[in-house]
Amino acid sequence: MFSRTMLVLGLIFLYVPILSMIVFSFNNSRLVTVWDAANSPTLKWYGALAHNGQILGAAWLSIRIALVSATFAVILGTLAGMALARFGNFRGRTLLAGMTTAPIVMPEVITGLSLLLLFVALSQLIGWPRGVGAVTITLAHITFCMAYVTVVVQSRLTGFDESLEEAAMDLGARPLKVFFRITLPLILPAIASGWLLAFTLSWDDLVITQFVAGPGSSTLPMVIFSKVRFGVTPDVNALATIMVLLVATGIAISTVWMRLREKRRARDLQLAAAANL
Amino acid sequence: MSTPAPIPAADPAYVRIANVTKKFGDFTAVDNVSLDIQRGEIFCLLGGSGSGKTTLLRMLAGFETPTSGSIRIDGTDMSTIPPYERPVNMMFQSYALFPHMSVEKNVAFGLEQEGLTRAEVARKVAEILDIVKMGGFGARKPHQLSGGQRQRVALARALVKRPKLLLLDEPLAALDKKLREHTQFELINIQQRMGVTFVVVTHDQEEAMTLGTRLGVMNHGRIVQVGSPSDIYESPANRFVADFIGSVNMFEGQVSQEGPEGVRISCAEVGTTVRADRAVTCSRGATVWTAIRPEKITIRRSQPAAAAGENVLRGTVREIAYMGDLSIYLVQVESGKMVRVTLPNTMRGGERPIAREEKVWLSWHGSSPVVLTE
Repeated sequence: MFSRTMLVLGLIFLYVPILSMIVFSFNNSRLVTVWDAANSPTLKWYGALAHNGQILGAAWLSIRIALVSATFAVILGTLAGMALARFGNFRGRTLLAGMTTAPIVMPEVITGLSLLLLFVALSQLIGWPRGVGAVTITLAHITFCMAYVTVVVQSRLTGFDESLEEAAMDLGARPLKVFFRITLPLILPAIASGWLLAFTLSWDDLVITQFVAGPGSSTLPMVIFSKVRFGVTPDVNALATIMVLLVATGIAISTVWMRLREKRRARDLQLAAAANL
Repeated sequence: MSTPAPIPAADPAYVRIANVTKKFGDFTAVDNVSLDIQRGEIFCLLGGSGSGKTTLLRMLAGFETPTSGSIRIDGTDMSTIPPYERPVNMMFQSYALFPHMSVEKNVAFGLEQEGLTRAEVARKVAEILDIVKMGGFGARKPHQLSGGQRQRVALARALVKRPKLLLLDEPLAALDKKLREHTQFELINIQQRMGVTFVVVTHDQEEAMTLGTRLGVMNHGRIVQVGSPSDIYESPANRFVADFIGSVNMFEGQVSQEGPEGVRISCAEVGTTVRADRAVTCSRGATVWTAIRPEKITIRRSQPAAAAGENVLRGTVREIAYMGDLSIYLVQVESGKMVRVTLPNTMRGGERPIAREEKVWLSWHGSSPVVLTE
């Protein structure tokens, strides 16, 4: 009884804020906190959202930035993770390990500020990047997302039987082929989760983005945040509800898929045990 | 009259390891090892953990480079040849089957690197899977196989390229006892059929004795003794080998008499003189050790007819362990030292067996003791 009560309380604590936001997205009233019982629920804010060019533009920009930065972060992070996990104790290994993970522990304000200073100095020195905007935001996102991907990939590689790679090499595959035929397929789940992590981090980053964004390059978190300062309009609720719905669907699909895989694996193991010679 | 064929040079070793040393920082894993391995033999490297046997194997495969010394396989110096170009394949202790590939794909992987046609690859894969009796399992993934089946696939994958040298790292360690015995003989069978030279690394002396045509015992990075299984069991080179292979009773003593027909060693430790009927290079008064295998000692109730005070001990049975095929007796001799004796249980019922706390006589033939100077 007690544990059941605690579970319910815990779920309330976690999900009531999101739930209230979803409920209020169907509210007819302009005022976010007042429930207009007479005319609700309504889809009017969803309709308004479809015509809000600012929000749609910001969302589209955020998606593009997140896609590009997650992809580059995965490539660089995988390379860094490989170097840290597989290349032994080379010179400068400690430095590399420290530098790749620094953005995780560094306060975002400092990362943001130092990146801004770097971009300004660079544009004065070599004329690139020209001003701040989508390009600098993407570069900044790649920088801090790469740190997370490196950690995920490195830990996967550390727990991975190195003799698999040696066996492939022993059978005549050159190092590059070993990477693409053996290592990459086996760490693919880690790379995929690194990509998703990077995508999410880039999608909702606000602090660092604020520093390196310019006029005309407002990402979705920036738009929402600036709206909050002038009072939230219910169309933000509608937008957030759509985002929650998308994420929840994604999680549900992956959970079902994992369950099925687990079941198949258990059946295979039974089969193998039965066939034991 | 034809010209006489040129006298062949002394058969050059198929694999020649010459003065190989491998250091990891300050630690010397392999210490100046020289070893010749002949074509077609099963050579077992036997040693405890940290003896350097695995490092030596990995140097043959090319995963480690010797700090100094050279390795030649079939006359070719291997020092600059990377693992993927060596005519050597390895069966890993963990089997290292690629989990994302089917059995067929695993076995085909090595052949694909050689640029063979698809049909050729398929034919060779089918052939080798038949040899290891895994014919019907080509489509399975490694996790759908039992331990013994995985071992066969690993063997097939390593053999399919017909390497000049097959390295096996603890090939049977992951199998249970019954399966291990069966697999041992099968491994020898396959080796003879395919004529590939095997180098096996193991810490299990029983495995080494049954598999190996020759053994190399390693300790602290050095080869301590090389020989046939019976050489090593019957004539160990030193105390380490005598103690490591099988069990042994070791008595310390001083040489009291020596000559071409044998030596006498007075062992104050057990209170008897050990006579060994073989010539030993040692001087009178030197401290030596005699090693006597437990199965070479006779145990009986009555006093043996042997010369008094020589190769005879009197004691009390303290423990008896019944092992089924044989029994182990722990006998405490009058000096207090425990002596281990094994006796096959050849008779069923029969005369009254020796019981605990009974007084017994121990004796052995003069050919049984091995005299060790180090």
